[in-house]
Amino acid sequence: MKFKVKKVDRSEGLKEALYIPGIAVGLKHTMRHFFRNIIGKKDVVTIQYPEEERPISQRWRGRHRLTRRDDGFLKCVACYMCETVCPAKCIHIEAGEHPDFSVEKYPVSFDIDELRCVFCGLCVEACPKQAIRMDTGVIGMAYHSRESFNFTRDLLRDAYTPNEKTKYTDADLPKPPDQQSALPNSRGIPAL
Amino acid sequence: MQLVLEFLALPFVQDVLKILFILLLFAMPLGTFMTLMERKWSAAVQDRIGPNRANIGSYRGRGLLHIAADALKSIFKEDLIPKGADKFLYTIAPFFSFMSAVAVFAIIPIAGPIGDFKFQVTDVQPGLLFIFAITSLGVYGAVLAGASSNSKFALFGGTRASAQMISYEVFLGLSLMGLFMVYGSTQVSIIVEGQGEHWFGLIPKWGVFTQPLGFVVFFTALIAETKRAPFDAPEGESEIVAGYFVEYSGMRWSSFMLAEYIAIVGVAALITTLFFGGYQVPWLYHWESAPQWLVTLLQFSKFTSFTLILCWFQIQIRWTVPKFRFDQTMALGWKKLLPVALLNTVVTAIIIVALA
Ligand code: SF4
Ligand code: SF4
Repeated sequence: MKFKVKKVDRSEGLKEALYIPGIAVGLKHTMRHFFRNIIGKKDVVTIQYPEEERPISQRWRGRHRLTRRDDGFLKCVACYMCETVCPAKCIHIEAGEHPDFSVEKYPVSFDIDELRCVFCGLCVEACPKQAIRMDTGVIGMAYHSRESFNFTRDLLRDAYTPNEKTKYTDADLPKPPDQQSALPNSRGIPAL
Repeated sequence: MQLVLEFLALPFVQDVLKILFILLLFAMPLGTFMTLMERKWSAAVQDRIGPNRANIGSYRGRGLLHIAADALKSIFKEDLIPKGADKFLYTIAPFFSFMSAVAVFAIIPIAGPIGDFKFQVTDVQPGLLFIFAITSLGVYGAVLAGASSNSKFALFGGTRASAQMISYEVFLGLSLMGLFMVYGSTQVSIIVEGQGEHWFGLIPKWGVFTQPLGFVVFFTALIAETKRAPFDAPEGESEIVAGYFVEYSGMRWSSFMLAEYIAIVGVAALITTLFFGGYQVPWLYHWESAPQWLVTLLQFSKFTSFTLILCWFQIQIRWTVPKFRFDQTMALGWKKLLPVALLNTVVTAIIIVALA
């Protein structure tokens, strides 16, 4: 059997051996960019991050939030679906009995360890009540202590309205609107 | 007043003043400026913005404060000497690099002479031979740094640097032979004066026009001497991290970097002097009644602007041309530049003899 061998001519022509034409072509390109960016119309694609932000898609999986019912109480019924499905095992729920029998259960504590979360969005898909969502549009979370990343129930509930971007530091950790509505969690600590 | 003038007229005082002016007000500021401009201009080439964050309060100065920030940072950084390094050689290596970069400015005239007074630190008789001697001293910086760091990467870098710099010195010298023949001297002031003439009163007799081949070879060899891309195999960021100064940190590292940027300015100044007429402003001879101070000012600004343009051109080259492999660097030198330089010398000699 005969193979067809295609011979590629790799011998350097005079043009390549001289280097100068090649360098001139390269310089033409770099200089075009240089002068366009220095004096002409700018092609710069940089987004000056803290001041400017890249527009994100509606489906972007950002920081979680817990949604509320019309009467303001959490939609979550503490069914443990999200905790079970979470591949990072970072949701920790403790269920409690709700005074309103039609609701039955509510999460006494609902902690998400955002340091472990892989932002896969499975919890959102698993929830039967549309109670957990990742549509806050918060893409950068940077705090000074590990504890700040342990998002508690009231933080998740109150911190954000959908797609509203908030500048956020430790000191700004939100307070619940009134302490009465913030039921103490299982550790007996009133939520923030 | 009389006393001050007499004091200023002392040759020694004048020398010191010239050194201070050329080093502290010309070479060093331009060199440090280049550290920022390299980053800014490369950003422009690559459609980025470049450094613009260093600030005092809300003042950012378009990134200018990064110069101060970099200097402060490297002063306060820990200055490590690696275990097993030869302390003495390790310490003096940056000085060699720095000194050889700075010493180039000693023979460069930045403006035309007024009477006996020359705007040049020293107009030594051997002229450019002094430059060759100084650049070969620069090799010691790289070699000592590489050998004394007790690191394999540094050793590789040092070996490459020595091989590259020593071989490119050959073409550095050879490429200027034609220039020496055309202007009849190796002394810088004579070469620059020779470039003040015009052909048919129109085209200035600059080195680029009399010695185009010599210019290309000399420029290439000088870029190789400064060890910048495309000849940055001794630093070889992608393979041997930073080459011969990989172990350096803090201010010592900075002095290597600063030496590199001062060398850029030095290269630009040298090429301006030898190939772009130095301080000679073309067609100025038409204006005979020009006041002396204005002529000197024009000469100085012409020299500075050409230096800046050539600095920019070197940076542009660096961000355009991909790096040569080390064997390619050597092949380019010995197989291409050497014949070209020799040919240039021979052809120049023949033309000069034929015209005479
Ligand atoms: S996004 Fe994924 S990892 Fe994060 S809490 Fe939800 S299920 Fe767990
Ligand atoms: S958030 Fe949804 S899935 Fe998770 S416990 Fe509450 S109701 Fe169940």
